[in-house]
Amino acid sequence: MKPTNTRDPEYYHKVVDCQYACPAHTPVPEYIRLIAAEKYTEAYMINWESNVFPGILGRTCDRPCEPACRRVRVEKEPVAICRLKRVAADQKGEVKSLMPQGPFASNGKKIALIGGGPASLTVARDLAPLGYEIHLFDEQIAGGGMMRSQIPSFRLPETVLNEEVDYILDMGIHTQFLTYVSSLKDVLSKKYDAVFVGTGAPRGKDLPKLPGRKDGAAGIHIGIEWLASVAFEHTKSISPKVIVLGGGNTAMDCCRTARRLGGKDVKVVVRSPFKEMKASPWEKEDAMHEDIQIFDNHVPLSFEVKDGKLIGMKFQKVRAVYDEKGKRELIPTDEPEVLIEADEVLVAIGQQNSFPWIERDLGLDFDEWDMPVVDRKTFQSTLPKVFFGGDAAFGPENVITAVAHGHQAAVSIHLFCQGKDLLDRPSPFTNLVSQKMGIHEWSYDSQIAADQRYIVPQARKSITLKDRKKEVELGFDIQTAYKEAQRCLNCDAQTVFSEDRCIECDACMDVCPTSCITFTANAEEDELRQNLLVPAENKSQDLLVSDTLKTGRVMIKDEDVCLHCGLCAERCPTSAWDMQKYFYSVTKAYQIPASLPAIQK
Amino acid sequence: MSYLKPLFSHPKLPKNKLGYTLKEYEGSLSTLCAGCGHDSISAAIVRACFELSIEPHLVAKISGIGCSSKTPTYFLGNSHGFNSVHGRMPSVATGANMANKELVYFGVSGDGDSASIGMGQFVHVIRRNLNIVYVVMNNGCYGLTKGQDSATADRGSKNKSGSVNPFEAIDLASMAIELGASFVAQSFSGDKQQLIPLLKAAIQHPGFAFINVISPCVTFNNNPGSTKSYDYVREHIEATSALDFVPVKKEIRVNYAEGASAEVGLHDGSKIHLNKLSMDWDPEDRISVVNALQNAKVKEEILTGLLYVNTDWKDLSRTLNITDSPLNRLKESDLCPGTEELQHINEGFR
Ligand SMILES: Cc1cc2nc3c(=O)[nH]c(=O)nc-3n(C[C@H](O)[C@H](O)[C@H](O)COP(=O)(O)OP(=O)(O)OC[C@H]3O[C@@H](n4cnc5c(N)ncnc54)[C@H](O)[C@@H]3O)c2cc1C
Ligand SMILES: Cc1ncc(C[n+]2csc(CCOP(=O)(O)OP(=O)(O)O)c2C)c(N)n1
Ligand code: SF4
Ligand code: SF4
Ligand code: SF4
Ligand SMILES: [Mg+2]
Repeated sequence: MKPTNTRDPEYYHKVVDCQYACPAHTPVPEYIRLIAAEKYTEAYMINWESNVFPGILGRTCDRPCEPACRRVRVEKEPVAICRLKRVAADQKGEVKSLMPQGPFASNGKKIALIGGGPASLTVARDLAPLGYEIHLFDEQIAGGGMMRSQIPSFRLPETVLNEEVDYILDMGIHTQFLTYVSSLKDVLSKKYDAVFVGTGAPRGKDLPKLPGRKDGAAGIHIGIEWLASVAFEHTKSISPKVIVLGGGNTAMDCCRTARRLGGKDVKVVVRSPFKEMKASPWEKEDAMHEDIQIFDNHVPLSFEVKDGKLIGMKFQKVRAVYDEKGKRELIPTDEPEVLIEADEVLVAIGQQNSFPWIERDLGLDFDEWDMPVVDRKTFQSTLPKVFFGGDAAFGPENVITAVAHGHQAAVSIHLFCQGKDLLDRPSPFTNLVSQKMGIHEWSYDSQIAADQRYIVPQARKSITLKDRKKEVELGFDIQTAYKEAQRCLNCDAQTVFSEDRCIECDACMDVCPTSCITFTANAEEDELRQNLLVPAENKSQDLLVSDTLKTGRVMIKDEDVCLHCGLCAERCPTSAWDMQKYFYSVTKAYQIPASLPAIQK
Repeated sequence: MSYLKPLFSHPKLPKNKLGYTLKEYEGSLSTLCAGCGHDSISAAIVRACFELSIEPHLVAKISGIGCSSKTPTYFLGNSHGFNSVHGRMPSVATGANMANKELVYFGVSGDGDSASIGMGQFVHVIRRNLNIVYVVMNNGCYGLTKGQDSATADRGSKNKSGSVNPFEAIDLASMAIELGASFVAQSFSGDKQQLIPLLKAAIQHPGFAFINVISPCVTFNNNPGSTKSYDYVREHIEATSALDFVPVKKEIRVNYAEGASAEVGLHDGSKIHLNKLSMDWDPEDRISVVNALQNAKVKEEILTGLLYVNTDWKDLSRTLNITDSPLNRLKESDLCPGTEELQHINEGFR
């Protein structure tokens, strides 16, 4: 293999598993260390800079970082990355003065943002400091999009939501709430320099053809519409017997909300096997903890209506069969149909995009699934002025993805407004600094804590079920947060190898607790992976390959299960190994340096 | 500075026949200088015992004084150990061995510990052919007391402070052969590929197995001009053979460089395969070995590998006809043969 090019900013980035997996590439270990050092404000700002909504995400993020966490590969449970983020938000001091301070000198450009969810708000935050005049339109009464209308208050208190939405709106954003945009043509005619569409995926799927759907209509609600009407206090109660159809996070929010509005006997009924439900494992646990039964492998047959009133639903039991490719088929069993009684049904079987307000003759192309054609990198549509992001771009995802889209769309809009090439994107900010403090001292805590993941305490069910606004999770206290933070392996403390210093004493290879380092003859990657002390079978993790050493061998380090314990560097007599902190940050629109004035000859 | 090893290990760490991983053979985190050759030898011992699936509790490590003699703390943490007096490891090891011959014994020593203060004990333990793996971690200096020249420092070798050693070196391997050691090998801490099979063969050898391992002291004797530095040893190393140790009944043939090949059988059925690299040398012929060593010396080469092996000589416990069962397992009935037998014995002296 060729020596690894560690100057490629993505090489060390990939070693920081959590950060790499985070759509917005939040510098996770950096803020976790700050939490351990009780520097909550600084930890919050690291988050705010990257993911814009630390308090919200610290409670509700889908946490793609956690399954990626290195800890999973050497122990069992990941670091509670998400809930540590909440600690930073809960414990922080004054932060507003640390954010860009308006009023910002105008740059003469005007941008329209349609929809006020996390995607649009991120674009607003990233562009406002550059002097753009930003007009935000949303049909709801306040900003936040589905974070306001869908995510229930018992998971996300309104105060937390308002605080973080307001940090952005206070930057001088012109908002027009309670304003449904019914024509893109109209918006375009208003001479905006660019338009961003962040309207989400607002339509809940229905079961229009299922027998009884029309007759039972009074007792049947579309999940996301029902949640919104609860959030905006149009709906205040539900009948005692409720069926929730679907197995995703929306279904979990529906059933838990139903329990708080009077649902006594709330059942979730889902087609797929329990294990394959789309809802996050922790949401399923929380639902079951609130006495909600989950019936898996049940396919709906009909709504049962008697005397014009819904009385329940009939289901066919199925079992999942998989072909060689792992493709699933649900085969009906010969068990009899199942009748489940209910007074009301919430249909939470998915969401769709819908763009009835975008005219199809504007030069903005839609694909065969009636989705706008959007560039995955620039977020530009086929109408150069119009950009998309969040759920509106490629279908429903989550808040952190909407934020990541927002950052990139803001960069594109800024480049576009300056007449620059959208594909010539700013490189990330990176920094690699030695952590050596003394002969064997590191500036980070290199000791490896064996503690298992700590559990976030919850408020008592007898209290939370009575009040839909009462937050269930209480958050880590400071002591537990410290202990949980110590579980982080500091994956950004990179093992940097300088072959010119290595005397091949083997000390690093001998000491490495997880057998990451091997000195061996060079070969092609597949062969090399097999020739290591322990074969490197996880191909998603890279090998760090040195140049040829004096004895003709090479040093190979399998990044897979490195603990970043620093022992290799401590036992190295010549400092051929050094622990260096790698800071990687996605460049946001407001961080792009202004171009230098042209030099006059 | 880390004092503890992390508890985590590679989840796919291979297991041996006993179901143990390397971890079960490791010791605590070394406090030797970073890069010390001794640590590599410890790692080689760990690996040899792991690969032979030796029960850790059936091993005893006995050492003297020195950085080298400290290493038993850093390997085989689940085994018995005795850190004895400077130069007196052989007598403690002899006592232990006589009391229990079921254990595998490692005698761990340094060049100072064996070639200076312990020379007297060293020569006698060889004569007696004690069943032990005797490892000298040879760095040509007294590392623990800050690097004074030892008796194995070569004449003309320069130490870190710049002074040149005026005395002739004691060649421990030649001496061991001369005194009748039944297994003599030489190796380099930086060459585990050679050291591990040598250790495995030495463990299986029924008698005194001596391995002189050149082991650079990075702190006091790794400077230019030293003949025990990493660079010097790498430039002057010459192997007698490429070898592999084959445990009982397991016929693995390794592909080594071409050349004549020899096979030495041990009494328990294991074999040492040797692919000769150096000519005019036969590991079972003492004269050829002494010649090879002398020739290497003239050429300023460090001859490594298995030098000599003889599996016919009786080890000390057989010479003295020591009981097979460990003393701690002998019951009163074994120790006290009864009046009748005693009388019988006494009769024999009349
Ligand atoms: C029940 C439920 C629970 C969820 N829970 C989580 C969670 O815990 N964690 C997580 O990360 N994600 C969760 N999500 C997903 C998450 O809410 C969305 O992915 C995210 O909000 C998408 O952000 P966005 O900016 O693209 O659009 P949205 O948040 O959907 O905001 C779009 C906004 O645009 C407005 N709008 C739409 N069309 C128009 C128009 N024509 N004119 C004016 N305004 C318009 C809408 O009213 C809305 O306010 C959940 C979703 C649902 C349905
Ligand atoms: C009876 C006695 N005399 C002297 C010493 C001081 N002393 C300690 S270690 C040592 C030399 C050790 O040299 P070596 O065996 O080569 O070990 P190394 O540290 O080089 O591995 C000496 C002389 C001692 N501890 N005890
Ligand atoms: S151990 Fe820490 S830095 Fe490493 S992946 Fe997990 S949270 Fe991220
Ligand atoms: S930091 Fe070094 S010693 Fe520690 S696990 Fe990683 S490679 Fe091994
Ligand atoms: S002084 Fe020399 S022999 Fe002793 S630990 Fe340090 S490097 Fe090793
Ligand atoms: Mg010494």
